[in-house]
Amino acid sequence: MSTTTPTESGGLAPVRTDSLAELLVAKERPPRPSAWSASMTFGWRAVLKIKHVPEQLFDVTAFPIMMVLMYTYLFGGALAGSPKEYIQFLLPGILVMSVVMITMYTGVSVNTDIEKGVFDRFRSLPIWRPSTMVGYLLGDALRYTIASVVMLTVGMILGYRADGGVAGVLAGIALLVLFSFAFSWIWTMFGLMLRTEKSVMGVSMMVIFPLTFLSNVFVDPRTMPGWLQAFVNNSPVTHLASAVRGLMAGDWPAGEVAWTLGWSALFVLVFGPVTMRLYNRK
Amino acid sequence: MSTQTSGLAIETAGLVKTFGETRAVDGVDLAVPTGTVYGVLGPNGAGKTTTVKMLATLLRPDGGEAHVFGHDIVREADEVRGRVSLTGQYASVDEDLTGAENLVLLARLLGHRKPAARTRAAQLLEAFGLTEAAGKQVKHYSGGMRRRIDIAASILNTPDLLFLDEPTTGLDPRSRNQVWDIVRAVVAQGTTVLLTTQYLDEADQLASRIAVIDRGKVIAEGTKGELKASVGAGSVHLRLRDPEQRPIAADLLRRALDAQVQTDPDPVALTARLAAAASHDTAAEHAARALNELARAGITVDNFSLGQPSLDEVFLALTGHDTQQPRPGRDDSHDPKDEVAA
Repeated sequence: MSTTTPTESGGLAPVRTDSLAELLVAKERPPRPSAWSASMTFGWRAVLKIKHVPEQLFDVTAFPIMMVLMYTYLFGGALAGSPKEYIQFLLPGILVMSVVMITMYTGVSVNTDIEKGVFDRFRSLPIWRPSTMVGYLLGDALRYTIASVVMLTVGMILGYRADGGVAGVLAGIALLVLFSFAFSWIWTMFGLMLRTEKSVMGVSMMVIFPLTFLSNVFVDPRTMPGWLQAFVNNSPVTHLASAVRGLMAGDWPAGEVAWTLGWSALFVLVFGPVTMRLYNRK
Repeated sequence: MSTQTSGLAIETAGLVKTFGETRAVDGVDLAVPTGTVYGVLGPNGAGKTTTVKMLATLLRPDGGEAHVFGHDIVREADEVRGRVSLTGQYASVDEDLTGAENLVLLARLLGHRKPAARTRAAQLLEAFGLTEAAGKQVKHYSGGMRRRIDIAASILNTPDLLFLDEPTTGLDPRSRNQVWDIVRAVVAQGTTVLLTTQYLDEADQLASRIAVIDRGKVIAEGTKGELKASVGAGSVHLRLRDPEQRPIAADLLRRALDAQVQTDPDPVALTARLAAAASHDTAAEHAARALNELARAGITVDNFSLGQPSLDEVFLALTGHDTQQPRPGRDDSHDPKDEVAA
């Protein structure tokens, strides 16, 4: 026992208090970072985490591929005659659905950070308060982009063709990522509000399943009963799916794009302040 | 600046924080002079961490007020954040990132440009003996390394006030001594340190003034000397050869030392707590006399020691209850009178 202890702590170099003293003498402080710079730094942290824990990309790679394959072959024959024809309709929608579903992991990562104890360090820093949250969302925007690219690739292998070309596809993805960024403020709120990771997951499921399934992602809402149509036609996910579908098909669905942007603004304006209130009060 | 004239880094008046029914912090008054290590001593759940969290702007007080370098911790929270740093198990670093990445990240958040952030991180890693571990994820660090990186993260910019919340809890003696060296180096450069601890000897080693806190209240405050004098000169610990002789020995000790005598769970052990008035010198004299009397009574003493007051004893002396609160009746069951009667 006594022989292992010295070798173990011997591996750890001693603290050099003399050089520490020299470092502490410097009392000047650089000016505080701008809101943008602080947010980008937190975004960089999210990227570093992806680098160290690449498994966390599972939900933006394997999960979306599964979604595309599953629904194309499950519903394709019944709803559109063949999977190949169905995917032309389904792909933009399933893209929207999967990415919106993936957003709920934001709440889980916020909650985990609180548990792990890095959170209070950030909260004690003299920086623009929302930058921590914006940082999470910037990192997540990258994940959403990865998911979109993965799904598009799979879709194209299965026969999806975007008439809107590269510009249409890029515009569609940009709108989707923007909406997801705004929508995620719901999850930052829950991540701060709920006590455990499990409860965050549970509540997220309750919100995300009805919201994404009760939309025009799979079928035309005209086949639904009237009361459901009323909900589906006004759901933000429906507007987003129509807008993305239109953009990728080479149209300019101005109304749907406007609705999507309106919903996005609403999400930020309502859940942003609630999140920040919880963040400051935590 | 009012800060300089008052010379106080922290000033609180009637600070209160409640969680539901519990008053975690119940009217705390503190006055911490700048440039010193101020120890806040208390058991688990005494309200130390809650107090620190309020002062570091992480929790909003429910009552009273507090100023850090003259800035109100609620209304001027941002100014406070600009001058303080915090290290506690809750204010840590990101376990998934490497040591170097953590420091660069925090340096960037403090406004350093990338090259400057990298340089500062490398210098601190070097000074803390962590250069070799710089590229390892923090979750693979040992406890001692972990505490070092936590403290390094707190002094990326030299803070005016550093909160160290139980910095050595759970560390082995060697790592603990190294943390102490770091604290001494930090305070030598003019930083004020507020140190919370459960260990009297840690406060004794580092702090110039100490506040003893219990159940959300400051129950004693002063310099180390003042505090010890108020608690007593310490305790005499004895181990007898024959457990049968313990009641006689307890009675003798009680009379010779004019002290409370406690019997330990160990059947041959005895502890006599010396009266508060006794200074350390007279304590030794008293103890010597007591030993003589024991010898004369034919009681063999295997082991004898005269110890400084422990935190338990400080607490017992100051509050009448010991540090582990939910143990009602413990003192009663060990009432010296029972032992003597036996």
